[in-house]
Amino acid sequence: MDTFYTDLLCVGAGLAGERVAVAAASAGFETICLSIVPPRRSHSSAAQGGMQASLGNCCMGEGDCPDVHFADTVKGSDWGADQEVARLFVETAPIAVREMAFWGIPWNRVVPGKGIYYKAGKQYDKIEKDEKEGTIAARDFGGTAKWRTCYTSDGTGHTLLFTMDNEVVRLGVTVHDRVEVLSLIHDGTTCTGVVARCLKTGKLRTYLAKATLIATGGYGKIYRESTNAVICWGDGGAISLDTGLVPIGNPEAVQFHPTGIVPTNILVTEGCRGDGGTLKDVNEERFMHIYEPGKQELASRDVVSRWMFHHMRIGKGVPSPYGPHLWLDIRHLGAHHIKTKLREVEEICNEFLDVDPITQLIPVRPCQHYSMGGVRTNKDGAAYGLKGLYSAGEAACWDMHGFNRLGGNSLAETIVAGRIVGEKIVEFLQGYQGEFKTAVVQDAVKKQQERIEGLIGGSGKESAYDLRAAMGDALMDGVGIFRKQEDLQTAVEKLQVIYDRSKNLGLHSTSTYGPNPELGVALRVPGMLRLALCIAYGALMRTESRGAHAREDYPERNDKDWLKRTLAYWKSEKDTLPTLEYEKPSKVWELPPGERGYGSSKIICTEDPEICVPKPETN
Amino acid sequence: MGRNLKFNIFRFNPEDPASVPHMDAYYLEETVAMTLFIVLNRIREEQDPTLMFDFMCRAGICGSCAVMINGRPDLACHTKTKKLPSEITLMPMPVFKLIGDLSVDTGTWFRGMNEKVQSWVHTNKVFKPNEEEERMDNALAEEIYELERCIECGCCVAACGKANMLPDGFMGATAFNRVARFMMDPRDERNNDQYFEVVGNDDGIFGCLGLLGCEDMCPKKIPLQDQLGMLRRKMGFSQVKHLFQRAGKK
Repeated sequence: MDTFYTDLLCVGAGLAGERVAVAAASAGFETICLSIVPPRRSHSSAAQGGMQASLGNCCMGEGDCPDVHFADTVKGSDWGADQEVARLFVETAPIAVREMAFWGIPWNRVVPGKGIYYKAGKQYDKIEKDEKEGTIAARDFGGTAKWRTCYTSDGTGHTLLFTMDNEVVRLGVTVHDRVEVLSLIHDGTTCTGVVARCLKTGKLRTYLAKATLIATGGYGKIYRESTNAVICWGDGGAISLDTGLVPIGNPEAVQFHPTGIVPTNILVTEGCRGDGGTLKDVNEERFMHIYEPGKQELASRDVVSRWMFHHMRIGKGVPSPYGPHLWLDIRHLGAHHIKTKLREVEEICNEFLDVDPITQLIPVRPCQHYSMGGVRTNKDGAAYGLKGLYSAGEAACWDMHGFNRLGGNSLAETIVAGRIVGEKIVEFLQGYQGEFKTAVVQDAVKKQQERIEGLIGGSGKESAYDLRAAMGDALMDGVGIFRKQEDLQTAVEKLQVIYDRSKNLGLHSTSTYGPNPELGVALRVPGMLRLALCIAYGALMRTESRGAHAREDYPERNDKDWLKRTLAYWKSEKDTLPTLEYEKPSKVWELPPGERGYGSSKIICTEDPEICVPKPETN
Repeated sequence: MGRNLKFNIFRFNPEDPASVPHMDAYYLEETVAMTLFIVLNRIREEQDPTLMFDFMCRAGICGSCAVMINGRPDLACHTKTKKLPSEITLMPMPVFKLIGDLSVDTGTWFRGMNEKVQSWVHTNKVFKPNEEEERMDNALAEEIYELERCIECGCCVAACGKANMLPDGFMGATAFNRVARFMMDPRDERNNDQYFEVVGNDDGIFGCLGLLGCEDMCPKKIPLQDQLGMLRRKMGFSQVKHLFQRAGKK
């Protein structure tokens, strides 16, 4: 069996993984990135709209600064964020955007003079200042006080990922693509690498590393309807959870994006609404201004998704063979704008819907989009529970998003967290001598070999595809946009039954040669189910509404009892439910809990003196 | 009732000593808005779990799923069956190393390409975290983005007569497009002579036969022909200059 040794092992080579790799390689540490796909195909590439950073260059962003970005982020999180981390993030974001410009991103730039923009379907004038000509421009996004989202047309993730991978190539970082990680190697206190499977040959490998980073992105694909790519099954979270030592933070915090197209759930960017697109119902009438007179279409994603769902529930949806949907209207933005600033949207509509967005309405409905939860880390990106294990990006619960992430803050997180966590890993590696225990490694390998042999040679009858579909249905039906006791209870029970069935998985294709795609699915389904149970059980136990977690039976945000972060552990292999623990979301309360300014939610106030007393204003 | 579709799919597992290359036929009834993404996943989940193919974003953005569809390379995810005849033949892309069935190793090929053309901004400057960004005209940024849109799917390479003749050598239109992208970027300090070192040879721009399968098959409709023309002109000029310099030295 092939064994590879390295200083840093990045599991996942999307934006976060590669940014960390760049930091380590720049400091002279040997780095290997593992990726299920060639790195430039990572799901980071699908992020369209942009990346938030408070440069304040464009006229609609004037007066922006990290403080305003901080307040937007914390309000967006519904006070679930770690405020120390959010502060670190907003302070670093402008630097990270400029660094990406230095490395070659063709950011859209400020064009001086008079221009027009649309808001809530109406046209307005704006005048960009001459002295800002050629600086990095920004567009409007939901839940923000200023235009802050830096962009390259609607291919921002694509340009960021290609530019980041250019750096990876320049620095000569080793990338092993088509490698899937099956388990972490650890002795109960320290993580020393992974057991992985090569998806070109099907052979097992071990990677031994002084530091291991989980940067595998989100786990949207455990839901039936998700904007996520087909590889977003949450392997990094699953293998971390499997250790019994590393918790998943806030698994129940799952974001639904307002505009997935119907029926394929492909995302069309929030930039559509940011640039002035509107949502319309069966009568082709706008409705968001009724529910959210202030922010209208540009309230935060959780709020807009909920009102859309509500509007469909009261019968205002457009009937279709795929169930009711609503319309996204960007026609008034005009052909020039769509063809330059929203060209991916145009292409997606043309190719996947046969819809011309310049002249026609786009059928949309909210669907699963982002995992705020993930491998719980401290502010340095170090995972709870195991030394030498780190996490960054969507895979992590670092936790700047709390219970709702703002549009444009995920791309920003990948680059910013990558930069910060990368530096912390470099500090960790300096002078650190890893110790690789052969017995531990052999045990970890043997366990995976036995799993594979059990699947290929076993007598199991359950189809991995069937179980995956049943899991997606259970989550979609029970742990969706609106949640309540009985639905959540049913979802948990269904998932437990499916999890039990997963112990009897069998394969039709018993070839031991090559990657065997069916074996791949069978190997990952049990881990996906454990994550699904963390989500459903976490949601069942959280008897309040906060951000994307909206309980119909507990509509108020309960800061008194629930201003805390869920930590879901899978303590024993025999368990059929996670063990939930809780911690305070933040050590620092720069912005004490209050009203978000959008979304209608009653608040039960906290009595915790540490949280209530704000720090004196520093500016 | 939709049409009854027949799919002839290339099968070969190079890891399996007993496997020989052959075609297998599968049948599916056409459904509304059916794409090859739906077709291939249904075949694998319902008929043949051993079938190997690649998808990632399923939205035409990531470039994972390029295959030969009735002889022409295209992204499987955005290919609708209604635009195809009822008998559809799917083959893996040529030039790239076969992993199995429809799956090919584009990752290794493109990493090699990126190394060859040194696909990064070459600069002697050092990033200064606390300084304002260097300014750029928005029109130029948009021009760069136009070429930056390549998703490295490999369609232009699979459609290239020269790359099919010289699978290990010829750089292909994707590489020329990348070079053109950096030539246009003022942040990259390379001069034409340095670019000439990279592409001014028979594996590079002078090896192009001008068949333009690349331009026709690019699923992102990147203006590849223009880049080939521009590069050939500029590199031709550099070549002439080199000749004169050499003659001058003699």
